[in-house]
Amino acid sequence: MNALKRFFGFAWMALGLAAIYLMFRQAGTEIAEAQAGLRPLLDTRMFWYVIIPIFTPIMFGLCLFGWFAWKGEFRSDKTTQ
Amino acid sequence: MMPINISDTETSAPRGLMKVIAASSVGTLIEWYDFYIYGAMAVIIAKQFFPQGNPTAAFLAALATFAAGFVVRPFGALVFGRLGDVIGRKHTFLLTLLLMGGSTFAIGLVPGYAQIGIWAPILILLLRLLQGLALGGEYGGAATYVAEHAPAGRRGYFTSYIQTTATLGFFLSIGVILITRKALGVESFNTWGWRLPFLISIFLIAVSVYIRLRMAESPLFVRIKNEGKLSRNPLKESFARRSNLKMVLLALFAAVMGQGVVWYTGQFYAQTFIERTLSVEFEQVRYLLCFAILFATPFFLVFGAWSDKIGRKPIMLGGMLLAIATYFPIYKMMYHVADPAAKTELLENHRSGTVLAINTAGDTIRTTTVVHVYTDGSSMKVVTNTVMPADKAKSASKPETTRTFWLSPGGFWMMTLLVFIQILYVTMVYGPIAAFLVELFPTRIRYTSMSLPYHIGNGIFGGLTPFIATRLFDASKTTADPGGDPYVGLWYPILVAGTCFVLGLLYLPNKNDEIA
Repeated sequence: MNALKRFFGFAWMALGLAAIYLMFRQAGTEIAEAQAGLRPLLDTRMFWYVIIPIFTPIMFGLCLFGWFAWKGEFRSDKTTQ
Repeated sequence: MMPINISDTETSAPRGLMKVIAASSVGTLIEWYDFYIYGAMAVIIAKQFFPQGNPTAAFLAALATFAAGFVVRPFGALVFGRLGDVIGRKHTFLLTLLLMGGSTFAIGLVPGYAQIGIWAPILILLLRLLQGLALGGEYGGAATYVAEHAPAGRRGYFTSYIQTTATLGFFLSIGVILITRKALGVESFNTWGWRLPFLISIFLIAVSVYIRLRMAESPLFVRIKNEGKLSRNPLKESFARRSNLKMVLLALFAAVMGQGVVWYTGQFYAQTFIERTLSVEFEQVRYLLCFAILFATPFFLVFGAWSDKIGRKPIMLGGMLLAIATYFPIYKMMYHVADPAAKTELLENHRSGTVLAINTAGDTIRTTTVVHVYTDGSSMKVVTNTVMPADKAKSASKPETTRTFWLSPGGFWMMTLLVFIQILYVTMVYGPIAAFLVELFPTRIRYTSMSLPYHIGNGIFGGLTPFIATRLFDASKTTADPGGDPYVGLWYPILVAGTCFVLGLLYLPNKNDEIA
């Protein structure tokens, strides 16, 4: 189980980074579409201006969690305080 | 971190403990009431404070302001959590109560967009931010305060009373809105009566402040204060020390994140879905929510007590798994209950009429009303407004159609049952979470450490659920499919809860009765 916890640490780091990348890519695509008149500009901008500054640091937190997991910080003997 | 055993003399006797719980819960319930009346009236507030002409923009702007209250909660957790660990639990959550009451009362006084223009949404946003800050400080204090009075082995049960307050606060907000609306009539309520639920908050807060002033400080806090073991810098100890930071991240990603989305889907997205996507009538939506909440609330205590026996982890993760597995079938059934295409119309009861009126600009407004009655007792009114300009050179505006659906008695109870099931999941994930968080962190930094993950999980992951899910639904509307995919919004809570479930299954410890 402890090996599995460490192995999944990589998955959480990758998930955090992938989420950040996908958020920025989607925001770029949608705002470009909105500027071209294909989407409502105000709604699109407002949505991404709320989402990106909030979720980016949280996703970095997920990466940090993954790093801790990879370093064995969540071994069964280390999570019972 | 060395665990410190709590002697029986430090925890309150059952009768005294019930007084502690009652005093803490009343204040927390009122804070939740204050916070939720805004959300419960998002549609009316959109019309009062935001630019008209684009209903979606107005609604999203209102939701964003609603979301702003959630987003700022983690900052409230940091500010008031630190205060609570330094000056004590009692005085800190007195302060949060006053801040919340004052800002709620002030929302009821702000003039609308028609009177003061752009200042209206700005003032509303600022007051909403203050509400969020106050709530960020309140919950951690109340949960910590009760847990620090409760005996080991029954902490899940006793803290679950605090857990009921969020749902009961929501219930109270709906109840006050319904009563005010009934008493004043729909038109008066929509023009000025909506302010009353905000204004009466000042009386509720006064009662709660009086009760809280008579409470004593937490016995564990008093003990570590007397021993000189208070933290000098709770923020640094909570987030700069690897041993504690990893527990903060564990609490957030393996428990609270999933709990937050299950909670806000069950109580809030369900409401948005029934009201906006299915167009069910305003009062019916609120009545069915009231019934679902009333029937489900006792289960907070059931699951809180059960978590003392089998551990917090299986119950919380069980709730998440059930939510992930059943959200799609539940929402498909909800859609079916209010879907006119799935019903047989009583053609002899079909009514329609057209009214022509002239507005101040001389334009003719054509209003067509069509009423459909169905064999199961449900009905639907479709009102279409078309503006035909006085200037014949201009073409008529695009017709605006509003649909209102009245559920049949059977449909009403079926919808209530479907919402009840979702709130039952809420009681599973939320009932044991206060005890779980309290047991994860030591007394000297507990208020700070547990408040931050709680408010990121609930305020951000959870609080943004209706905002993100509504956005996904609107984005799914295309020219080929103008109705969009009504279920696409569910992917957000399902993916977040799914990730949290896997993380929790792998990393969460189960039962931990000791608090240090």
